[in-house]
Amino acid sequence: MTGTATKVVVTGLGVAAPNGLGTQDYWAATRTGKGGIGRVTRFDPSQYPSRLAGEVPGFEARDHLPSRLLPQTDHMTRLALVAADWALADAGVKPQELPEFDMGVVTASSSGGFEFGQRELQALWSKGGQHVSAYQSFAWFYAVNSGQISIRNGMKGPSGVVVSEQAGGLDALAQARRQIRKGTRLIVSGGMDASVCTWGWVAQLAGKRLSTSDDPERAYLPFDAEARGHVPGEGGAILILENAEAARSRGARTYGEIAGYGSTFDPKPGSGRPPGLRKAIELALADAGATPDEVDVVFADAAAVPELDRIEAEALTAVFGARGVPVTAPKTMTGRLYSGAAPLDVATALLAIEEGLIPPTTNVEPADGYDLDLVTGEARPAEVRTALVLARGFNGFNSALVVRATP
Amino acid sequence: MATQEFTVDDLKRILLEGAGADESVDLDSADFLDSEFEALGYESLALLETGGRIEREFGITLDDTALTDATTPRALIEVVNAHIGQPTAV
Repeated sequence: MTGTATKVVVTGLGVAAPNGLGTQDYWAATRTGKGGIGRVTRFDPSQYPSRLAGEVPGFEARDHLPSRLLPQTDHMTRLALVAADWALADAGVKPQELPEFDMGVVTASSSGGFEFGQRELQALWSKGGQHVSAYQSFAWFYAVNSGQISIRNGMKGPSGVVVSEQAGGLDALAQARRQIRKGTRLIVSGGMDASVCTWGWVAQLAGKRLSTSDDPERAYLPFDAEARGHVPGEGGAILILENAEAARSRGARTYGEIAGYGSTFDPKPGSGRPPGLRKAIELALADAGATPDEVDVVFADAAAVPELDRIEAEALTAVFGARGVPVTAPKTMTGRLYSGAAPLDVATALLAIEEGLIPPTTNVEPADGYDLDLVTGEARPAEVRTALVLARGFNGFNSALVVRATP
Repeated sequence: MATQEFTVDDLKRILLEGAGADESVDLDSADFLDSEFEALGYESLALLETGGRIEREFGITLDDTALTDATTPRALIEVVNAHIGQPTAV
C-alpha cells in the first residue's frame, strides 16, 4: 500500500547522547534525570565566553568502525554510522538481505563535519593545499552522514539530507515518511551533529544564543526566570522507519507510529503576524487525526531564550489550554544537539511510551507567567500513547511531529 | 629526501595512514604487489589521498595520469621511484 493511508512505524533506535552512549545507557540516565553537560574537553575552552557542552562519553570510533572509514570521516559521521548500525540491529534488519533499492537514508544536518573541516582548513592555511586531505571533498558536507550510511549498508533507495537547523531533525523524519509512502520499504533517518571544535564554537557564538554559565546545573534553563541561552551538545539518534505492513509481515517489534507532521516558517520580523509554531502544532495534530486532548506529553523545543520560551509556552497554551498537557525537555540533560536533538526527542518519546514514564526537565524552576505543566524534578509515571515533539530551527523554522503507540 | 627509495613498506604505511585498509583485505599477502588497487578496496579518492601523501613525503610531483595509470602497487612504486630517480628494487 502506498499513499497517505500508509502507516509508517519506527522499528529500531540508535542513540549517541551526552548522557549515554547507546539506547540503554541513555534511557537509564534520562529516566533518572542524570545529565551529561560539563566543561568542554574536545578543545581548551578557557579563552571563549561559553565553556560548557554536552559531549558523548566513551566513544572510540576504532572500536566500532573499520580503519578504511576513519581517515575519511568527521566525528559526527562516525557517531551516525555507529548509531545506524545499532538501530538496524535493534530493528532486526540485515540490510544485505533486502533489495538495495528498497532502502534509503534521509538524515538532517545543521553544520556538516566542522571538526574535520577545521583541521583541513588549518592545514591549507598553515602548510598549503598539498596538505589538505582528499576526503575533505565530502567529509565536511551536510549530506555526508546519509551518504556514508547508504554506502556502508548498501542502501540505494531515495536518500538525501535536510538542512533546517534544529527543526531539521523532524523534517528529515517527515521526508523519510514521505518516501515510504511513495513506496520505499525502509528508510534510515534521524540526525547526528557534533561541532564541539573551535570553528564550530565561534560559529555558534555568533548566533548569540549560547549560555555563558560555568555551572552545568544552571547553564541551560528553558522556561526558567534565569533562562540565559543554551548549552550546545553533540550526538543525536538514528531511527529505522518502515512501512508498517512490511514491518508486521516480517514480525518486527515496533516502537510506535510516525502519525503526524506539520511545519511552518515564521513571518518576517516586524510584520505583526504571529509566530508559526502554533500553526505547526495544529497541522501536525490534524495530520495525525488527533485532538489536543489525546496528546499525553509534549517534548518542547526549549530554546532557553526568554522570548522564544514565551512563544513556545503561548503556542502550547493556545492549543492545549493552561497547564493542559504535561510538557518536558529532557534536552536539559544533553544540551541542544541541533539536527540530532529532535530525533533524540522522538526516540525518547517512544521510550516514554514503552515504559509509561515521562522523563524530567532537569534543573528548571518554571518562571511565573508560563502556564505550563512542566515535568520537573523527577520522571512522572503516566500512560503515554500519543506524544508531540517540537523543534525550531534558527531564523524561523518550526516543526512538529506526532508519534503514537502502535496497537 | 630526494634520494630516498620508495619501498613497498612505505606504500603500505601511507595507504594505512591515509585511507586505512578494508577488513577483508590483507596488505601483507603475497598477491599484494600485483593486485589491482580496486580489488584491494581503494577507490580513486583513496589513491588521490595516497598520491598526495607520497608527494609530500618524498618531495615529488606526480602528474595526473601517474595515479590513474598505475593500477597496482607494483606499478605505483615504479612510477614513484622513477620520479625520485631511484631504480626500483621490488
